[in-house]
Parts: sequence; C-alpha cells; structure tokens
Amino acid sequence: MARLLNLHLGATFVFLYVPIAVLMALSFNKAGLPTVWSGFSLEWYGRLAGNPKILASAWNSVIVAGISTAAATVIGTMLALGVSRARPSSTRDALLFAPMIIPDIVLAIALLSFFTLIKFTLGLHSIILAHVVFNIAFVCAVVRARLSGFDWSLTEVSRDLGAGHFTTFWRITLPLILPSVIAAALLAFTLSIDEFIIAYFTAGAGQSSTTLPMQIYSMIRFGVTPEINAMASIVMFVSFVLVFLAQRLNNGRIPGA
Amino acid sequence: MSSRFAAWLLMAPGLLWLGILMVVPCLLVFALAFFERGTYGGVDWSIFTLENFRRAGDPLYLSILLDSARIAAVSTLLALLIGYPAAYAIMRAPERWQTSLLFLAILPFWTNYLIRTYAWIVLLNPVGLINTVLIHLGLISGPLSILYNEFAVILGLVYSYTPFVILAIYSSLQRLDPSYAEASRDLGAGAIITFIRITLPLTAAGVAAGAVFVFVLSIGNFVTPDLLGGGKLQMIGNLIYDQFLTARDWPFGATLAGLLIAVMMALLMLQAVAANRARGDNGKIA
Repeated sequence: MARLLNLHLGATFVFLYVPIAVLMALSFNKAGLPTVWSGFSLEWYGRLAGNPKILASAWNSVIVAGISTAAATVIGTMLALGVSRARPSSTRDALLFAPMIIPDIVLAIALLSFFTLIKFTLGLHSIILAHVVFNIAFVCAVVRARLSGFDWSLTEVSRDLGAGHFTTFWRITLPLILPSVIAAALLAFTLSIDEFIIAYFTAGAGQSSTTLPMQIYSMIRFGVTPEINAMASIVMFVSFVLVFLAQRLNNGRIPGA
Repeated sequence: MSSRFAAWLLMAPGLLWLGILMVVPCLLVFALAFFERGTYGGVDWSIFTLENFRRAGDPLYLSILLDSARIAAVSTLLALLIGYPAAYAIMRAPERWQTSLLFLAILPFWTNYLIRTYAWIVLLNPVGLINTVLIHLGLISGPLSILYNEFAVILGLVYSYTPFVILAIYSSLQRLDPSYAEASRDLGAGAIITFIRITLPLTAAGVAAGAVFVFVLSIGNFVTPDLLGGGKLQMIGNLIYDQFLTARDWPFGATLAGLLIAVMMALLMLQAVAANRARGDNGKIA
C-alpha cells in the first residue's frame, strides 16, 4: 500500500515536471525541431537577445511587476496589520479573498469597462493599477498568516517602556514580520510578471504597453518558433529562483493561490 | 490614538483600492448586463433591457455554459484523483522530506501559466514527443490526434491545477489528529475502511476547497481552451473574451460574466457550508 502511494507520488512528479524539462531541453536543441535532437546550441538564446520586441516587452513586465509589487507590499502589509487588530469580519475576509478566486477574465473585463467608463487612458499605468488589486490581497494573506502566530505582548512591552507607535513598528513589529513581507513581495512579483489576461485587457492598443506574457501569447498563437523555448526556459528559471527564495524566507511555506 | 482607529487607518488604503478597482468594476459589469450595446461598441446607457438574459438562455450559449461546466467537472475530478493520493503520500513521507516534497509539488503552479500550457502543445502535436515515442515503440502506426480537442484541454487544466489540490489536501491531512485513525485500526478496522470512514470524511473540507478552486478556475478559463482547444472548442471564458474584444457586445459579455460569477458564488457558499459542518462535527480537528 505504502509502496503504491510512493509510486503514485513519483508518477505525479513525472507528470508535473516532464513538460517543463522537455521545454528546457529543446531550448538548447540546435535544429530547433521539437523531436529530433541535433546537438547542443545556444543559438536560440542568442536570437532572443537580438529581438528588440521581446526585450522591450520584458522591460515593460519588469516595470509593471516592480511598481505593482512595491505598492502592494506596503498597502498589503498595512492591511494585514490592520486586520489583525480589527474586529473579525467575514465580509471583509470575503473581500480580501475575492481577488484570488475571481476568474481573471471577469476582473479583466470589469476593469476594462470601468477604465473606459471613466475615460481613463490605458497603458502600462493601468496594468499596474490592476495588478496591485490581486497583489494586495496576496501580500495581505501571506503576512496575515505570519501575524496569526505573532506574540503581541512584545509590542505591549515596547509601548509600556515608552516607545511610540512608529518606534514600536520599526524596531519590533517590522523586523519580526520582515521575512514574510519579503517572501510576499517576491511571490507578488512572480504573479505580476506572469500575469497575462488582466494585462491584455487593460494595456490598451499599441506595442508600447505590451508585456512579456502578451508577447509570449502572440508568439504561441501566430507561429511557434524555437525562440519561445529559450524564452520559456528563462522565465521559468527566474520564477523558480524567486519562489525558492520566498520559500526559504517564509519558513518553508508558500501558499498556493 | 485608539487601537480600533489605528486598525482602520492601516486598512483604509487597501480596502479603498479593492473597493474602487475591484468592487466598483464588478458592480459595473452587473449593471452593464441590463443595457443595450452601443452602435459602435460600448454601451448605450439610455436603453434598459432584459434581452441579454434572454439571449444567454439561448440553447447555443446554454450549451457552451454546460460544456464548460462538464469540462471543469471532469478536470476537477481527475485533479482530485491524482492530488489526493499524492498529498497522502507526502504526508506519510519522513518528516524532514515533507516540506521539500510539498514545495516541489507546488513549484510548477508558480511558473508562467502560458508557458506550462504551451509545453503541452510541444508534447502533444503530431510530431511531438508523445506521438514520436509511441510510434517508435510500435504501439501506434500513425500519429494520434491528441491536440486541439477536448482531451488536450482537460489534460491542460488537470496539469495546471493539480499542484493546488495537493496543497489544499495536504494541509487538511496535516491538521488531522493521527490518533483518530489509530483508534479505528485498534478497534479492528482495516486500512481501507479506516480511510473511507475516518480520514476521507475528516479531510472533506480540504477536498472541497481544492475542488471549488479547480472548478472555478477551469470553468472561467480562457487560455487553455484557446491554446489547447485550437479555437475549435469554446468555453464560457472564450465567449466572454469574444464579446469584449471581437464582437464588441459588452453588455452581452457582461451578462455571461455575471452568470459565471453566480455559479462561482453558489459553489463558494456550498463550500463554506461544508467547511462549517466539518468544523461543527469534529470540533477543533477539521
């Protein structure tokens, strides 16, 4: 029985990782063909580096993910701190949980309709505003999990000894929750840099606000070239590293949504 | 500064952000459903109508909704069948490996969704790895058409969401007090009876959480049916996409999105009821 379970777990890992491994292996395939191995080559990575459209979209993604993560980390951490002191409210919990469960396409069309109605010009800035929405909920969830085991008597001691609210926060609370705040930021960055549908709907027309996932989507849709394998490998590698760091910082735990 | 006031001050920016850029836009979508499309796209706010709802009930659209629900249900079931035993195996592994195994199981979930879906195009296409291997082994004479159909879409959804199911079920297995299963074994129940009568019911909340998540994300999915269905297979997510970006009938797209939200809310409520009941039945353990 136990052996059967372990066999199943092994098969599950094969199922989860074979597609990723095949893609990464093919990115080094000289001929670029999906089936025949024709020797090791870095040609596709070279082509990638020489493709201005891809580089521009990657830069856009870094800007969107960087700014939305910075904003969401501050706002989301404040939110988590506030929630941990406020009276429990299931309505508020539902509101904080909603961005993680609403189908992307629904939030995407809702934001497009809203921005259109208030005649807000679309571009990278509207993608950033939209990405902050799900990143706030996300950062808040990660920091809240850390705060649930937080020993509030530490802050009381600090206050009793005469420290003000801000001193207590900077000297006591923040250092204690900092690992989970950084973990949340890394995960938020990963979410944002990979997000496609909401960015697609809130980017507006024009190449100037194309993000990397939008670029990847159009490459997949309109002709598969071996360059995608190289780009996919880089993107996956970056995510792996970020998530690995987040997991280390957050006591081995990463959430799944 | 009272602590309640401080709490509100801390929560204000976040709640405002979610209010303005999530709640208001979603309410706007509900409102859109009651108006007519404008002549050049957009919305004609002067004409109130229930026509969109009548149209959503049209057999053509209803069948797409039902197909989406069926595909989502099959994907959910398969993800649970793969995910539950996998989570169980992780739980029974030596303690020092558990964190690493769980991390490995969730890691794919954190990589780019488009890329994970694209990987299956590479594997399933007529000259892809799966067909090549099968032909070399002599199991098939010509390539199977396993891409751009419902099979590929379900496979893609199961692949994408199984990691989350493993996480949800693992966390409820972990909270389970092992003495319950031990008591059952001591009283003479076999491993299978113990699993069916004790472990499974006590982890129902985790199963429900995983199932609702997979179902909701599958039924509203756009990318997987678009890329692995090859444009031949329409799910409600694609229909909404088309109404907004191709047909430019926003009110009708909004009506379909409203339907999707209604299905989602109903499921979340069922899940909350199931979770509450589990809590009530088992005290602190569930």
